[in-house]
Amino acid sequence: MIVASVLIVGGFFLIVGTILIKGLPALSLDLITKTPGGGFYMGKEGGVLNAIVGSLYIALGSSGLALILSLPIVLYINVYLKRSSKLGSIARLSSDVLFGIPSIVYGAFGFTVMIYFGLKTSLLGGILTVTLLVLPIMIRTMDEVIRTIPKELLDASYSLGSTRLEASKILIRQSIPGIFTAILLSFGRGIGDVASVMFTAGFSDNIPTSIDSPAPTLPLAIFFQLGSPVDEVQARAYASALVLTIIVLLISIGARTLSKRFSKNKI
Amino acid sequence: MANTPHISVQNLNVYYGQNHALKNISIDIPDKKVTSFIGPSGCGKTTLLKTFNRLHDSSVDVRVEGKVLVDGEDIYDSKAEVTHIRKKMGLLSQRPFPLPMSIYDNIAYGPRIHGMRDKEKLDQLVEQQLRDVALWDEVKDRLNTPAVRLSIGQQQRLCLARGLAVQPEIILGDEPTSALDPKSTQKIEELFVQLREKYTIVLVTHILRQARRVSDFIAFIYNGEIIEFAPTEELLLNPKEELTKEYVRGFVS
Repeated sequence: MIVASVLIVGGFFLIVGTILIKGLPALSLDLITKTPGGGFYMGKEGGVLNAIVGSLYIALGSSGLALILSLPIVLYINVYLKRSSKLGSIARLSSDVLFGIPSIVYGAFGFTVMIYFGLKTSLLGGILTVTLLVLPIMIRTMDEVIRTIPKELLDASYSLGSTRLEASKILIRQSIPGIFTAILLSFGRGIGDVASVMFTAGFSDNIPTSIDSPAPTLPLAIFFQLGSPVDEVQARAYASALVLTIIVLLISIGARTLSKRFSKNKI
Repeated sequence: MANTPHISVQNLNVYYGQNHALKNISIDIPDKKVTSFIGPSGCGKTTLLKTFNRLHDSSVDVRVEGKVLVDGEDIYDSKAEVTHIRKKMGLLSQRPFPLPMSIYDNIAYGPRIHGMRDKEKLDQLVEQQLRDVALWDEVKDRLNTPAVRLSIGQQQRLCLARGLAVQPEIILGDEPTSALDPKSTQKIEELFVQLREKYTIVLVTHILRQARRVSDFIAFIYNGEIIEFAPTEELLLNPKEELTKEYVRGFVS
């Protein structure tokens, strides 16, 4: 137990430590408030605001979309289907399989579909592809939480004459912390993934202004900068990684706070 | 039995997969009386109780055959509306399951889903129901706190009040005191005795003394069959069937 704790905590500090040491010196206000200037990739002026905004758009958009899609699915599996229903287990198995598929496959799939519809790399393409990527995470996380809720709670609601829809709302209330965890995991996966957005969202040096303009993302920005031979650009890559980590951390803390506030009535 | 039956069960058979859980049950549960089902664990008491408000509907592999008439209506008829049937019955389960909301909202939940929106009426109703279960004085200053903060005994009374708030005719209790301490148990029992003036109460219990304290009639169920159904004193003091005799004397368990 102690070894395990040390490993986890140690790993956390090693990773955060590395990007702190390497990235902090290059972290500046410019980096997070400016888009890349003409000589940015030579180590001159500009920042990665375009990628920060693009990443937030994609992660928030896809988490939101995935939530809207997965909530009915999870409730259907748990409330409307009987406990050992075939359809339910097929749905669970499929999302487990989808969970394990590497994100580059999603990227390639999204890319193929976009070519078929004649779409260019765009914010929309990125959001849709990442939605596919995080949907199984969302479904399985929420499903696991909702499955632990005792059946008697549903029965209590039913016996007051509630419909299944009304009973579902009780389930949602009871599983709010789990739903927040699901959103958090999806957001983290969505904001950190490169492979799925590489071909679908594309990249640009501008903040995306509409859903059909290409959307730069932080991980891709880190990838480009890290591959540069210029030292300043490499340092900025670590600073960008630091920014990415801080965003995930802030969202995580925010979600936990909200979750606590909304789950005070949980039984 | 002078009263017309409130629930009339006719040739009811319930199967859990291959397991024949209830065998050819026929029983008339009298109106505005307390009827207890007693019997050893696993004999089918709870299963029988759950057929009354169709809680088996969502379970896998449960097959119900036969008729259950409530107020003369067959609740297993394909035209019967399940929410309407369930609204007629308040359910108390073995352990209290308050809804994940405040004390007030727990009581108001039922009336709200059936369309009551008027704040004043709801306030009145919540107070009335909480008074009916003798909980008002204990919680009146913290109606908006989560229901889970109440003690288990208080939660069970809250669940009773929540069930009464939808104005049912019948109260179903599935060993409602099995998780409670003696004092809370006593309170619930007292409530049952008061409530039988207005409601038909069906109680599943494995505590003979409890059945004796609160019920007017007792049905002894063994192995999925009703062995004997008689007024309380008669069944306990003067059982006709050999099995009942043995159970009452504590030989069968």
